[in-house]
Amino acid sequence: MPDLLIELFSEEIPARMQAKAAADLQKRVTDGLVEAGITYAGARAYSTPRRLTLTLSDMLARSPDLREERKGPRADAPEKALEGFLRSTGLTKDQLELRDDKKGQTYFAVIDKPGRPAADIVAEVLEDTIRNFPWPKSMRWGSGSLRWVRPLHRILCITYDEQGTDIVPVTVDHITSGDITEGHRFMAPGAFKVTSFDDYEAKLKKAHVVLDATERADHIWADATSMAFAQGLEVVEDKGLLAEVAGLVEWPVVLMGEIGERFLDLPPEVLQSSMKEHQKFFSVRNPKTGRIEKFVTVANTETPDNGATILAGNQKVLAARLADAVFFWENDLRIAKEGMQPWLDSLGKVTFHNKLGTVADQIDRIAALSREIAPVVGADADAAEKAARLAKADLASEMVYEFPELQGIMGRYYIERAGESAEIAAVAEDHYAPLGPSDDVPTAPVSVAVALAEKIDKLTAFWAIDEKPTGSKDPFALRRAALGGIRLVLENQTSFSLRNLFDQAQDGFLDVLFTAIHKRFAVKSISDHSAIVEFFDLKGWLTETGDLTADAEENIVELASALESGATTGEEQAINILRAAATKQLGRKPNRKLDTESLLSFFHDRLKVYLRDQGIRHDVIDACIVMPGNDDLTLLVKRANALSDFLKTDDGENLLQGFKRANNILSQAEEKDGVEYSFGADIKFAETDEERALFAALDAADAQITPAMKEEDFAKAMTAMAALRAPIDAFFEAVQVNADSATIRRNRLNLLHRIRTICLSVADLTRVEG
Amino acid sequence: MASETTTPRSFQEIILRLQAYWASKGCAMLQPYDMEVGAGTFHPATTLRALGSKDWTAAYVQPSRRPTDGRYGDSPNRWQHYYQYQVIIKPSPPDLQDLYLGSLEAIGIDMKMHDIRFVEDDWESPTLGAWGLGWEVWCDGMEVSQFTYFQQVGGHDCHPVSGELTYGLERLAMYVLGHDDGNEMPFNDPQSPIPLTYGDVFREAEAQYARWNFDVADTDTLLQHFKDAEAECARILAEPADDPKTGRRIVMAQPAYDQCIKASHVFNLLDARGVISVTERQAYIGRVRALAKACADAFVQTDAGGYAA
Repeated sequence: MPDLLIELFSEEIPARMQAKAAADLQKRVTDGLVEAGITYAGARAYSTPRRLTLTLSDMLARSPDLREERKGPRADAPEKALEGFLRSTGLTKDQLELRDDKKGQTYFAVIDKPGRPAADIVAEVLEDTIRNFPWPKSMRWGSGSLRWVRPLHRILCITYDEQGTDIVPVTVDHITSGDITEGHRFMAPGAFKVTSFDDYEAKLKKAHVVLDATERADHIWADATSMAFAQGLEVVEDKGLLAEVAGLVEWPVVLMGEIGERFLDLPPEVLQSSMKEHQKFFSVRNPKTGRIEKFVTVANTETPDNGATILAGNQKVLAARLADAVFFWENDLRIAKEGMQPWLDSLGKVTFHNKLGTVADQIDRIAALSREIAPVVGADADAAEKAARLAKADLASEMVYEFPELQGIMGRYYIERAGESAEIAAVAEDHYAPLGPSDDVPTAPVSVAVALAEKIDKLTAFWAIDEKPTGSKDPFALRRAALGGIRLVLENQTSFSLRNLFDQAQDGFLDVLFTAIHKRFAVKSISDHSAIVEFFDLKGWLTETGDLTADAEENIVELASALESGATTGEEQAINILRAAATKQLGRKPNRKLDTESLLSFFHDRLKVYLRDQGIRHDVIDACIVMPGNDDLTLLVKRANALSDFLKTDDGENLLQGFKRANNILSQAEEKDGVEYSFGADIKFAETDEERALFAALDAADAQITPAMKEEDFAKAMTAMAALRAPIDAFFEAVQVNADSATIRRNRLNLLHRIRTICLSVADLTRVEG
Repeated sequence: MASETTTPRSFQEIILRLQAYWASKGCAMLQPYDMEVGAGTFHPATTLRALGSKDWTAAYVQPSRRPTDGRYGDSPNRWQHYYQYQVIIKPSPPDLQDLYLGSLEAIGIDMKMHDIRFVEDDWESPTLGAWGLGWEVWCDGMEVSQFTYFQQVGGHDCHPVSGELTYGLERLAMYVLGHDDGNEMPFNDPQSPIPLTYGDVFREAEAQYARWNFDVADTDTLLQHFKDAEAECARILAEPADDPKTGRRIVMAQPAYDQCIKASHVFNLLDARGVISVTERQAYIGRVRALAKACADAFVQTDAGGYAA
């Protein structure tokens, strides 16, 4: 059985796309072949900057013959039926067979589908694959209409076995397949023929191309680490960078170079970012000092001077880059040391969201909220506010403008240089956390306060302007923010009411927004009135005033015309008008309350996902979410954990059954009688020992559960509840609730009501499945 | 390919060698466009000629202005006025990469000694409504050119596709001539009777323009210029194609496009003056793009743009 080799040779494929493209090539071609009946023993795909390669071993040489039989109309059926059958099978009447069937003579069509040569199928599948390849971005070139990631130059497509090698003829637009490829662009230019995969791989290696990306990456890593080791240094591991670099070269040549002495005092994160982002260099660290002292670069070619020219060039480029970095660092430090005010001012010009004001507005809100949260998480309110005010200052720094991924990290350096404590400086980095589900959660109280404030502010703000996530759309990453908030609360075991916090955030949000708009107005009013009218779309708004009182409308008209004519207006009127404009910006009236409950249930949904990952069933969470205090997440989770543990015990499971039985009987009776049996059962009507025992047990449980619930000790409450299991079981065993005597029946139903009340005080067990 | 192995001695020799090389490959040797532009792409020989079905090839030096890059002549590698070398070939030939590498050899870059790499870099010009796919070309880790296959210009799909090469001449020259400070590199032959450095030629003007760009240019006037250019562009394009005087069909795409270039440069100046806020920025870019699109729409209605009556 033959093997197959396909190579698609093009201009340089972006490194980040290569691995997936190789996998896609394999999947599309093998899917197509198998679908057409061509199976094979093994497949492997490869990629280099200039080629995608696929090899299949032991492929069927032909697809199997197929025979299809179809039953047609009876011999005596109307002519029309036969005509239709002939049309659908594409046969003539004399090609049909007449056979005896249960119902008489019937026509049968026997259609033979002979197998086809694999080469024909490969050609079709390959053409289809090329024309429909799932590149993330593709292009046309020259005068053609074919799309590929970059211009496609050659298609190599051969099958081979002991007998020899055959080209599979494929033509896609102006490209015709062959058995020819090319080696390294510079070290081995020119085309050559190949006869098999082994031949191909070996000739490529001779032509300075390492086909396998893993082999290239391994080679790079081995050379880099041994070079570093020889000098007592270590390479900073970076798997993403390694994969990328392996996709930029066909013939990796590892070179190690010097970082100029004058750059070594830059923060290591700056050195790493600068070298990685711009130059794709690995950082080389001195393990004794932790300093980055050298770099490793990977060239694509060997030179007569063993890379000296290349290394010198790279060092020169790096020096220019780092000179920029030093320039940014020094400029930034100057501003940092003076307290960073210019940055904070300039954040007043950076839009956070067009309905939510600037980043400075956002900082004001977070600062106010951080103060509120601080005492709850054991942080000093002044420290929390100060940290919140500085935490985003670095967004305006030159370094972060250049390297956005250093946000927070630079903030920490700069806040320290501004003379603040390490505790406050850490907030710059911490307040974004946790970003991913596996990120560490900050634990320092000031960091927790600000990190939480950042998330609550974001959520309340976007809730206020009705930008909630829908379906798969979550452009402002609000789900991540909610999960971050949840983890901050839970992992730090802090207990407070989210509803209160939402309200506080909302108040601060409005105040800050009004002030900010006013401020902007005051600044702008000197030079450009029409800009304000434009900014708030006042004219547009005036045309859709249905939502507003006549007064407000009049007010706006007045101010809008005053603004346009350039007249100065009274302070108060200005504030009123801006308040109204803010209403417009918010898309709602300031008096309308934030939809707190919908935001809370958004948190609950995120919490369910989070707890499910921790093995807590959704129905258990549901049973707890409906209980009072559900906006205190720590409390809620404590309850859910206790219930989950409780239900895993025999007592818990049986008590649940007992509760459900009691509840069902009671609910049916209540529905039938149209009354609620909550008058309190009286032991004097008890007839049996079991009944009396249940009275006693309920009294005993009550005595434990009520104080336990006060202390929010759910585990203790549930243990006490578990003690009810035996008496309840015994009660149902011995007693008929629907007794003949109405008094006794009523008393027993009232007794069941006590069971229900006690059980429901712990969690809504009706929602628990099973 | 005939390779030039000697190292050029001056900035101008690099330009001359590029001119000679691309002339030998059949490009029309054009001159810079006589307006202030931010990059060589703005030259109508690229922006407009990339549109429509007609074949086209040109190469030229384009003095370019980026007011925000001004450093008063003090920076070793940043100037508000700099040069780009631009090559455009439509349809892009299959050997464009080799042609390009030949041009590097022509200016003294020996492929045997250096590490040349094509690194993904997709090009997009929001102001021109244009984008393409290609690479930045690295020589020993330094970006020496931008290599782009145009896919869209002025909102129109490019058919056929143009191949565009842009060389940042200062950076390239600094590398080839071995100067870390661009102001120190020889502009003409250092052996000539009156040797001049790049700084001798430009440093003074750089300081003057930096001051004007950053602090002195009158923003009200500039804002008015922007509005005027915008209005004139629209007015030109609103004229009917048939000229009442000559009785000929004359679609005035290029005069309109001049106004688009003007608006774009005025926007860059306003940006340098720091009077454009983040939100306004997008709006201005959108306004320039609208002009570029309208001009592109007009150009495909001309003979040069492949219009057939």
